[in-house]
Amino acid sequence: MSTLTVSVVTPDGPVLEDAFEMVSCKAESGELGILPGHIPMVAPLTISAVRLKGEGKSDRIAVSGGFLEVRPEKVTILAQSAEKPADIDIDRARMAKERAERRLQDKQADIDFQRAEMALKRAINRLDVYENNF
Amino acid sequence: MASLRDIKGRITSTKKTKQITKAMEMVSASKLNRAEQNAKQFVPYSEKIQEVVASIAQGGGDASHPMLEAREVKKTGYLVITSDRGLAGAFNSSVLRKVYQEILKHHTSAEEYTLITIGRIGRDFFRKRNMPVDMDITGISDQPDFADIKDIAADTIQLYTDERIDQLYIYYNHYVSAITQEVTEKKILPLTDFNTEGKASQSSYEYEPNQEEILEVLLPQYAESLIYGALLDSKASEHAARMTAMKSATDNADDLIGDLTLSYNRARQAAITQEITEIVGGAAALE
Repeated sequence: MSTLTVSVVTPDGPVLEDAFEMVSCKAESGELGILPGHIPMVAPLTISAVRLKGEGKSDRIAVSGGFLEVRPEKVTILAQSAEKPADIDIDRARMAKERAERRLQDKQADIDFQRAEMALKRAINRLDVYENNF
Repeated sequence: MASLRDIKGRITSTKKTKQITKAMEMVSASKLNRAEQNAKQFVPYSEKIQEVVASIAQGGGDASHPMLEAREVKKTGYLVITSDRGLAGAFNSSVLRKVYQEILKHHTSAEEYTLITIGRIGRDFFRKRNMPVDMDITGISDQPDFADIKDIAADTIQLYTDERIDQLYIYYNHYVSAITQEVTEKKILPLTDFNTEGKASQSSYEYEPNQEEILEVLLPQYAESLIYGALLDSKASEHAARMTAMKSATDNADDLIGDLTLSYNRARQAAITQEITEIVGGAAALE
């Protein structure tokens, strides 16, 4: 079975580089499944989980903002942050979630709703990725 | 001539200072190592993002975005990266002097520019001179994460998007080697010059959903990554500069201790000679 090289890169360094058979992720325009031999493509990603499937292994990565570059035999994900389940700081994510929820609840005009909402999304995404794996 | 006790006191205090500078030198050396590593880890990300941006910006043709187009300059933003602490030789002063001169050269009133500072020294410098500091961030750790500066980078880019500034320059110390750092000026926005080195030709991409929306996501991220890259570079320079400064301080302390020990011994000998003379004189008077 042919494979494609997947590398996940963030400003803090590479997170993962390995061969997989399939990548599925959530782009801004909807779910995308990528198999080897895909046409070159660029797409922005939402805050979501990227699922990677390979021979007898699978991996999930929590991605916050970024985009995906596809070549026939290589997929590069450039994200501002990306974590494997084992690297997620679960307490921090829980706290971030609570904080963001609190902020969204008290309806004062001077807080940045958009920012709080993004923070909430990131926290929920991390928790999801963490919990699905265990 | 200073008394024996005075000289001894100075020797002890110089030795203590030397211990401190020596320790700081070693701390900076290890921090420099880490900072270099961080800067290295960032390279794959920055190269990749630059490649994609360049291929879209050049290959697309019809793609346009405010960040790619120069507009009439009414207000200029200067992003200045300094350190929080001093004792780093000319690290801060050289970058501040450069920015200050540039501003005096190009602008006549405070309306025409605004400053964004990273690091306490820079902020204090411009505040003291009553120059407009729009945003500042201090207390960046020695091993900064992207998350640490994401907000200020995003806000700075936002200034440009909101047309509150029409171009953005960044000033920082570029790390050349452990003993050389160079003050660097870089134009970040608008993004007009890509150094593509012939990479861009290779593939024409499909864009999902379309080029404009990708640029919408990609360009701010690219600009933020440039700022982060400059910060990492500057951190490496800071540690290198501090290491060099502390090394020469330690060397100077060594010289000083040598000189002081010499005059201490002279004074001690003089005192002994004097005592002997006195005893001999006393004995001669008795005979």
